Amino acid sequence: MHLASRFCAVLIAALATITFNASAQTVTVITSFPKELTAAYKIAFEKTHPGITLEILNKNTVAGMAYLRELPVGQRPEVFWVSAPDAFEVLAREKLLASVVDLKNPQVPEKIGSFPINDPQGLYLGQALAGYGIMFNTRYLKANKLSAPSEWQDLLAPAWFNHVGITAPSRSGTMHLTVETILQSNGWNAGWNTLLRMSGNSAAVTERSFGVPDGVSNGQFGAGPVIDFFGLSAKYSGFPVEFVYPAETAIVPANIALVAGAKNPEAGKKFITFTLSQAGQEILLQPKVSRLPVLPYRELTSKVPANYPDPNAIAARSTVKFDTELSAARYEVVLKLFDQTITFRLKELQAATKAIFEAERKLKGATTGSQEELLAQARTLAYTPLVDDKQISDVAFLKIFSGNKKDPEVSKAISQFESDWNARSKERYERALDLAKKAAQ
Amino acid sequence: MQRLGGPALAALAILGFLGLFLLVPIAMVFFTAFSDAQGHATLGHFAVFFQQPLMLESFYNSLYVALSSSLAAALIAVPLAYLTVRFQFRGALLIQTLGVLPLIMPPFVGAVALQLIFGRSGSVNLLLDDWFGVTIPLMEGLNGVIFVEALHYFPFILMNLTISLRNIDGAMEEAALNLGARGWRLFSRIIFPLALPGFVAGVALVFVKVFDDLGTPLVLGATNMLAPQAYLRMTQVGTDDPMGYVISVMMIVFSIFAMWLSARVLKGRDYSTLQKGGSALQQRALSKGESILAYGWIGLIMLLVLSPHIGVLLLSFASIWSFAPLPDGYTFAHYATVFEQSPGMISNTLLYCGLAAGIDVVLGTGIAYLILRTKVVGRQWLDWMASAALAIPGLVLAIGYLRTFRGVLVPGTDILFTATWFLIMIAYAIRRLPYALRSCMAALQQVHQSLEEAAESMGATRLRTIRRVVIPLMAGGMLAGFVTSFITAAVELSATMMLVTKESQAPMSYGIYLYMQSTSGRGPGAALGVLAILAVALGTFASHWLVSRHQRLTQLHRREA
Repeated sequence: MHLASRFCAVLIAALATITFNASAQTVTVITSFPKELTAAYKIAFEKTHPGITLEILNKNTVAGMAYLRELPVGQRPEVFWVSAPDAFEVLAREKLLASVVDLKNPQVPEKIGSFPINDPQGLYLGQALAGYGIMFNTRYLKANKLSAPSEWQDLLAPAWFNHVGITAPSRSGTMHLTVETILQSNGWNAGWNTLLRMSGNSAAVTERSFGVPDGVSNGQFGAGPVIDFFGLSAKYSGFPVEFVYPAETAIVPANIALVAGAKNPEAGKKFITFTLSQAGQEILLQPKVSRLPVLPYRELTSKVPANYPDPNAIAARSTVKFDTELSAARYEVVLKLFDQTITFRLKELQAATKAIFEAERKLKGATTGSQEELLAQARTLAYTPLVDDKQISDVAFLKIFSGNKKDPEVSKAISQFESDWNARSKERYERALDLAKKAAQ
Repeated sequence: MQRLGGPALAALAILGFLGLFLLVPIAMVFFTAFSDAQGHATLGHFAVFFQQPLMLESFYNSLYVALSSSLAAALIAVPLAYLTVRFQFRGALLIQTLGVLPLIMPPFVGAVALQLIFGRSGSVNLLLDDWFGVTIPLMEGLNGVIFVEALHYFPFILMNLTISLRNIDGAMEEAALNLGARGWRLFSRIIFPLALPGFVAGVALVFVKVFDDLGTPLVLGATNMLAPQAYLRMTQVGTDDPMGYVISVMMIVFSIFAMWLSARVLKGRDYSTLQKGGSALQQRALSKGESILAYGWIGLIMLLVLSPHIGVLLLSFASIWSFAPLPDGYTFAHYATVFEQSPGMISNTLLYCGLAAGIDVVLGTGIAYLILRTKVVGRQWLDWMASAALAIPGLVLAIGYLRTFRGVLVPGTDILFTATWFLIMIAYAIRRLPYALRSCMAALQQVHQSLEEAAESMGATRLRTIRRVVIPLMAGGMLAGFVTSFITAAVELSATMMLVTKESQAPMSYGIYLYMQSTSGRGPGAALGVLAILAVALGTFASHWLVSRHQRLTQLHRREA
């Protein structure tokens, strides 16, 4: 019984700590950033702000948004901090963000390229800059005799079949940005053509949002689309990887925002101010973090590593003008279309892609018109999006997807689209496979 | 009446706990799955489930993976069990070690490590490609999940089957031999059928465990399965999404169905043998050739079983490991990072699992006592309820908690109940209760009732008897139950992932998962994994030691008596 009573005492003490902990001031941050980054900020912030504890809540962008929506006012975390700018647009529309306009660091420039760094409405502020590009493993490339890619198109070549790794935009806010960048620079149909062909060359659609950089770092994949800091942090930590910005890239701010209805808004503001200060910006240059600061390099006292990317130069060279409004408007459709036609149908897409490459190889030189036609049909079937550019600009269509999911009618309509896309893409990939095989005969 | 009051009160208290943290949450899951937005009964969500090709495919994949993993685990376990029981050789100890090693590592950690060794660019494939120009797609897609799960869970079959084989009466074998059955025929017609109860119990357990596992498919990127779909639905669409609940119901139904089927297969047949105390199966010495074969097989399995451990160990010391059979260099830095950044995770694991195991032992002892020593009405129900927790996937229990306690505040504060770590700990306690309960039952069964009668006839009250006689005599078994609950809770991830709301609450299992989310975090994640494995290994060793010491002591008592 001694044991039991001692056990009860521990239980009570433990319950007491729950209550006690609440009275200390805490800032809770929802973020999708890796632990190296959040740990560095936690240590630095708590050192300069004694009495405030920084709590990190690691969730991917989409899960973080879902989590915020479900909490009542007064129970919400203070800070939302992820890469994807459109996530902030969505949250702002849902009135989940509070104004942070007075927390701006005046030394941060207004724009990067033509993109405003801070939200014009003052609901979120740029905290770091991020570009999207291709990360590749130099050892893998050498072993598989592949040449280093520099543009997205390079990853579509037959030589890259089964060597690419991608993730789904529904799992990773940064992948969604990459997808939007490609869609906006090529246009809807041509953009999906690139995406579908790149996915067809992929060995896997990784589940974890960090699956691609992780897979490239350890040599599972040769290359993959990632946000710059994944590539740079692996490179500067010593992995045999490189990172390139293609011309079709967008340099956009990774934002930080104050959540409306948070528990400790004042403490939350202190953290946001800290991340924008000179000390907070310099943390971004640590090798394991490797992000691009919003504060110009001349304002920083610590040394910028050699060959570190210059965001202004990349922005000047970039051919994309990123439209956040457009991206936010079709957010749900892009996520669901990608999942149903690529993530969940990868096997069929890979098989179709393989057959098309084989047919191309066989037909090279000696082609008859009908064979060429079959192959063209196969390509059209495999690489055309199931939602065309007319439908995606249809406001009524987009409205279905932004409806309230609790409404059974809405959720039924959406899942109807989902299962339809899923079934149709499977059928189309299988037909493409047949046609390509026929063409090769 | 006064005397009856105590046990009845205890039974009510246990019932209240199980009701609040097991029955109500599960009932909520069922209710949500079968009701529409207005709360009216509907089968509509299930109709949607069966209309979506993705859901059907996930369902089929989960079944396929669970069945194949059970089969693959059986292929590993059956020869090993047969070897230990049938033959005299020194490998038996090796096999026993083999039976514990996989269980001390969370399966998803094993998945990460196995990817480094058997994956597309893992050590084995790189070497094979170098030497022979071939690669084995062992870790691709569902194959990977099956491979990892089979390697992780085969000990369940091994342990159950070994016990069954040991219990077979040697006379049966002699009779068969007299009638001319030998070799394969003897094994397939006499020995294996007699050991079927243990085999079926083990296979059913593997099936249920694999069906419910979330971490492994997530780490390996196999999303077209039920558990990952439920998790993704709940975290990305929100806790209002009915599909998550429908998947949960499907998972519970199939877990219970598997358990029921395993009981059903054995029903109506008599596996008991008449005599007891007779000789067991004959143990033969191995011939030289057989010896080589046996050791070869054990060696191979040993290598496979140890490969995740080796992988994690290497990773935790590796400076850079990329597209090479072995790391480029070695460092202690990852361990330093873990101790600098995450000492809280280690203490969280100790705290949650310690409390959970403590609750389990208290409940387990209570239930065992009520069943074996009292006649409280409905006491058998407590046992069934507690054991039913075995068939409830951790993910589903967590979903039930989020639904049941949504918006509930901790009394006297403005903190959400779901935002505290209390529910994580309770989820562990409920999920591991069946293990502790079995240990406590076994321990109490070994205490002869005459000892208590003696104490009571000397004038001790019931409570005093329990405190001074029953508990001290049960102590070994209770401790073993504590340790079993503790170590299995320490590697649990499915419920943890749903219930953790802040990093400072994270136990080690979730911490490993979190670290493994970035390139430079793999090393610290592996280091944390090694620490977790060490802790669990120590615990396992302690529990074995306690059980065997207890058994020795009771045997000693009996002999003296």
